[in-house]
Amino acid sequence: MSEIKRLLRIGMMLLALCALPATAQEEPDRLVRELTNEVLDILRKDEGLRNGKAQVVADRVEKVVSPHFNFRRMTMLAVGRDWRQATPEQQGRLIDAFYRMLVRTYSNALTQYRDQTVEFRPSRMESGDTNVRVQTEIRQSGAQPIAVDYVLEKTEAGWKIFDVVVAGVSLVTNYRGSFAQEIRVGGIEGLIRALEAREREFSASGQG
Amino acid sequence: MNPEAWRQRCGIFLLACAVVLLAGGCASAPTNPDDPLERYNRAMFSFNEGADRLVIRPAARIYDAVTPAPVQTGIGNFFSNLGDLWIGLNNVLQGKIADGLSDWGRFAVNSTIGLAGVLDVASGMNLPKHDEDFGQTLAVWGVAEGPYLVVPLFGPRTLRDAAALPLDLRGDNVLSIDHVPTRNSMTVVRLAHFRSRLLGLERTLDEGSLDKYVFARDFYLQQRRYRVHDGHPPALQYEDFDAEEAAPPAREIEQERAVQ
Repeated sequence: MSEIKRLLRIGMMLLALCALPATAQEEPDRLVRELTNEVLDILRKDEGLRNGKAQVVADRVEKVVSPHFNFRRMTMLAVGRDWRQATPEQQGRLIDAFYRMLVRTYSNALTQYRDQTVEFRPSRMESGDTNVRVQTEIRQSGAQPIAVDYVLEKTEAGWKIFDVVVAGVSLVTNYRGSFAQEIRVGGIEGLIRALEAREREFSASGQG
Repeated sequence: MNPEAWRQRCGIFLLACAVVLLAGGCASAPTNPDDPLERYNRAMFSFNEGADRLVIRPAARIYDAVTPAPVQTGIGNFFSNLGDLWIGLNNVLQGKIADGLSDWGRFAVNSTIGLAGVLDVASGMNLPKHDEDFGQTLAVWGVAEGPYLVVPLFGPRTLRDAAALPLDLRGDNVLSIDHVPTRNSMTVVRLAHFRSRLLGLERTLDEGSLDKYVFARDFYLQQRRYRVHDGHPPALQYEDFDAEEAAPPAREIEQERAVQ
């Protein structure tokens, strides 16, 4: 009996030794690095970007990237305090609409990719942290590097990114001003309508 | 017409526009505390957009189309080098002597070995490019940023940075060149160059926002504060508006660890 206990204890210690640095310390760093490299790989290999098939490339990037974002948290941060007033049904529609807006915006930004490289800086992180900021730098010839930070939080489903801060600008909270304006005029429902109208506008012009 | 006189007339005209719009702006009750001049700012924002659409963007497109990429890099480096003396002076004025000396070192190295600034050799010699201007110096000296202000043709600023703008323009050397044709052509090339860096982004701004004006304003203010703090602004606080309904996340994570 004590033999089993001892084995178990050693086993636990080994597990802790292996698991702790990997899960608690390096997981966010690793996630951001792998994700960035995967996206850069798609951008570099794919000729679609240059032959005007940007949509195909954007779809591939979206598939790779989106499982690692916490869109609920992102939408909540973009909406601000009024999030609490929204019914679960409205929250769902907000998440949907905001997600499509982000995808539209950033698939567009991908076409700007030229020959940039990305440098990673190790994040400073305590083992108990549930929030962490992973810092990267985009280098391009003939220009100052641009700092791009990813803010992650530990959820039940693992580490998820919920904000991207580019050159000091939080891409999520930057929406707050315009969202608050819509809410002031037409409430939560007004904001959802504005987002959905914008979506229709662009999907129509995209097909036409 | 003599370009100096033309510039003066333009200036007077724009000033007059600004005064009229400012008077209108005061009458409304804007809602954002950073932007009490919203009415005027919105008007000037669309004026600037018009100027961009009609003149600046087409010029940047032509520049981008006719200039090979390595030449563009050289042109960018050349103007960046001219700015380093002024950047260095601002670093010194902010008490960052070492950074200032490094900027002047950059200028010395790039102006000589770097063939009048066309090559940026200094960055490879541990003399990194800094980002300073007189508006940032005023901020370090304790001048508050003041209300957000869209400046004719120059775009988003804060009142503080708009006040620093004339000095910043003087300080970067191009506008202090006495030979007028040289000065004018350099100004045009520089404008076209820096605008061409942003080609394509206007679509992102169009599609990615509900209200372009608000998006550009909030983006500018966040970025400006980041630059004033040399890339280390006070950390953003992220709220969790779900926290009331969901169990506190901290406890769940502790449980997870206990299981391991």
